[in-house]
Amino acid sequence: MRMFKYVCKRIGLLIVTFFVIVTICFSLIKLLENEVPLGMQAVVELARREALGYNKPIIEQYGIFLRNVITKWEWGYSWHINYMMPAQETITPRLPSTLLVNAYSIIFCIPVGIALGIWAAIKKNKITDHIISTSVMLFVSVPSFVYAFLMQYTLGFRLGFFPVIVSSLHDAGGSWFTRTMLHSMILPVLALSFGSIAGLARYTRAELTEALTSEYMLLARSKGLTRSRAISTHAMKNAMVPVLPYIFGIVLSVFSGSIIIEAIFAINGVGQLYIRSIHLRDYDVFVVTSAFYTIITLASYILVDLSYGFLDPRIRMGER
Amino acid sequence: MAGKNTYEPVPVEKLRFARTELRIHDTVPATKPIGYMKDAWIRFRRNKMSVAASLIILAIFIFAVITPFINNFEMSSVDGIYAKARPKLKAFERSGFWDGGMNLRLNNRYYMYLTAIGAGAEDVYGAGVTWEDGINSPYYPVISRGEAYDSAGAEFRDARVDSYYIVGFVYVSMTREMFDDVREWEAETGINVFYPMIDTRSRYMDPGNARDANFWYRHAANHAPLNARGQRMDTIEEVMEHGFADNYLRDSEGNARYWVRQDRGMLQVRVLYYNYYQYMNGHEPMHALGADGQGYDIWRRLASGILLSFALAASVSVINLTIGAFWGAAEGYYGGWWDLIAQRICDILWGIPFIVVAALFQLHLVQTGRVSPFWGLVLAFVATGWISTSYTVRTQFYRFKNQEYILAARTLGAKDFRLMFKHIFPNAIGTIITASVLVIPSTIMIESSLSYLGIVAFNTRTTISLGTMTSNAQGFLATDPHILFWPSLIISLLMISFNLFGNGLRDAFNPSLRGTEG
Repeated sequence: MRMFKYVCKRIGLLIVTFFVIVTICFSLIKLLENEVPLGMQAVVELARREALGYNKPIIEQYGIFLRNVITKWEWGYSWHINYMMPAQETITPRLPSTLLVNAYSIIFCIPVGIALGIWAAIKKNKITDHIISTSVMLFVSVPSFVYAFLMQYTLGFRLGFFPVIVSSLHDAGGSWFTRTMLHSMILPVLALSFGSIAGLARYTRAELTEALTSEYMLLARSKGLTRSRAISTHAMKNAMVPVLPYIFGIVLSVFSGSIIIEAIFAINGVGQLYIRSIHLRDYDVFVVTSAFYTIITLASYILVDLSYGFLDPRIRMGER
Repeated sequence: MAGKNTYEPVPVEKLRFARTELRIHDTVPATKPIGYMKDAWIRFRRNKMSVAASLIILAIFIFAVITPFINNFEMSSVDGIYAKARPKLKAFERSGFWDGGMNLRLNNRYYMYLTAIGAGAEDVYGAGVTWEDGINSPYYPVISRGEAYDSAGAEFRDARVDSYYIVGFVYVSMTREMFDDVREWEAETGINVFYPMIDTRSRYMDPGNARDANFWYRHAANHAPLNARGQRMDTIEEVMEHGFADNYLRDSEGNARYWVRQDRGMLQVRVLYYNYYQYMNGHEPMHALGADGQGYDIWRRLASGILLSFALAASVSVINLTIGAFWGAAEGYYGGWWDLIAQRICDILWGIPFIVVAALFQLHLVQTGRVSPFWGLVLAFVATGWISTSYTVRTQFYRFKNQEYILAARTLGAKDFRLMFKHIFPNAIGTIITASVLVIPSTIMIESSLSYLGIVAFNTRTTISLGTMTSNAQGFLATDPHILFWPSLIISLLMISFNLFGNGLRDAFNPSLRGTEG
């Protein structure tokens, strides 16, 4: 019951935070001047803005905005990217590519990262551990766009193993799961994964080495378990408790990293939409994409916090 | 056993004082005390990786600072003709390494064209040159070439070509005064700038090549050179035997002409660009790290980008530290309602994705011209960055504020401010310094990502950031990877070094690790 109350409290806080952030975004963006339309359509354009209430005071506009969002799920209109398309609908066609690249990357990096971490921990202070730890240090530090470039140049351009950019939906035969599409997504997925793999491996190694030196491991060995059995049944279970919440954190870092990967590999995803909405000053699209990224950030924070409580019985939720 | 315990009592006269000659008492420690900072320094020094990392950081910083004094180029000096030129050092000229060379696949006619650049450079007065003259000329662009091979019925050679000499000749317009000035300079230095003009209306000229000042020799429509009798020479051997036949503009006496009058009193001249560049800039064209896609010197721009990154990261770190320390101290020390409200404010700010903050600051402050891009970015970083510092400080205050020594100090009459910053704050100093150092790599990384994405723009003639350099270079990834290589290398080096340095600091400030390292 206490758990339920705590979850409710956290979700309530999430909604309030989300609301405040959207409010800040909306009012700051509306404070900016709208550029004056030119040319043949100028009169129509101005009339449209008047009808949509763009010339009213900001507080009134905000009221209209809130009413539309809550009652009709309308976030305004795109003025530049997709002319007169409802802003929330500009996200929908771009969502699959972003989600797919992120999902592949997460699916790829979790087993690899954990496996490397375990391997390094078991072989602690041996040559394997040194190699893994050094490369982890390199991959954690070097920004993802640098190895994106490296792979684009070597694997994509020089050796020609993979396409340099992700193919469009049309070129891939109209589906997200054709061979062409998957093949072209390999480079961005790799570029997105390396950092997370390294982070996960480092974290797993630290947790597992701590577990391996603990006293219950000594007990397990002295009661006659083999080393491998002791590790797999005793140390691993305890080491994984903090690793699982860390994985939720990775989801967030992968999502924010994907904006730059989308730009490098020309993926027409939400990240690109966001960047274009800033460059073209498509304000309503900016607000809705900001809301999209905010909700992902907040949700992953909550998941991290809650998963600690669910997994680790020593942490009692809702207690000070 | 107990029954055997029959000790004789020892008589008093058998007891005597031991060590009467020694006075046993505490002495003042003879060694110097080791303070917290000194202790940390000793531990830091033992960590070889961190020391190496800090040396690398220092080296990069010094590199950036001294560059303006040892580099020939200004931030704003740009030469579009040498855009994308390869890295070259004079000492390595024609050595095959760091010599400004690029690898090209030459067909026969292109090979002749490049040789003609060398030959033309030897022919200042239009007196005629041989193939050998071209090959031996210092301006001959080909550094080395492989054997000829057949591909799809045509002959090709793989060659390494100097990206500076390959420019060859260029048409330039100048005033009469400038012409005379260059002539004077030529006489002074002995370096030839002006070369004979080409008769572009001649029937030995393909009209499509009229703007290319390197086609000084007679050639057919397919660019194959013609010999003096007007016959096409398709093989290298033929050209070697007969040489190039020049197509210069000559006056009635047969002397080569060096200029053609244009409208508004300007003269059109044909210059060897390598030497003309020396006249214009006072030094040979030579970019030690190459030139970027617009023709800026990469070395100079890189140094400026590094300084910008350092300045940005340092300002963000210092401002974060200041705000975070005061906010966290107030929260942790006073607690209660103030803490609750302050925590909620932090929670909300913490939830905003950084890219949204950066975009809003750019749109509001920078693009409207209220602040410079630099300070706009600093503000964006500071807007949410101080929160993590304040969390650290707050935790430390909660830990220490109820300890006895604080109570003692308070009893002695210490004021709140003194308690906060004299007695509690120093406990957190190690954690805070480490956190402030680790802010630096993340700031550099986020800045380069944002400028890569074009959300912040540092791309002017006088300011550049490392991220903008990579972003500009991406278009040349396939053809000119060196433009992308240098900024990526420096960013990676900075990131690795700062992370290692920060980790070393963290371990050094952690006294519980004392003695654990070998």
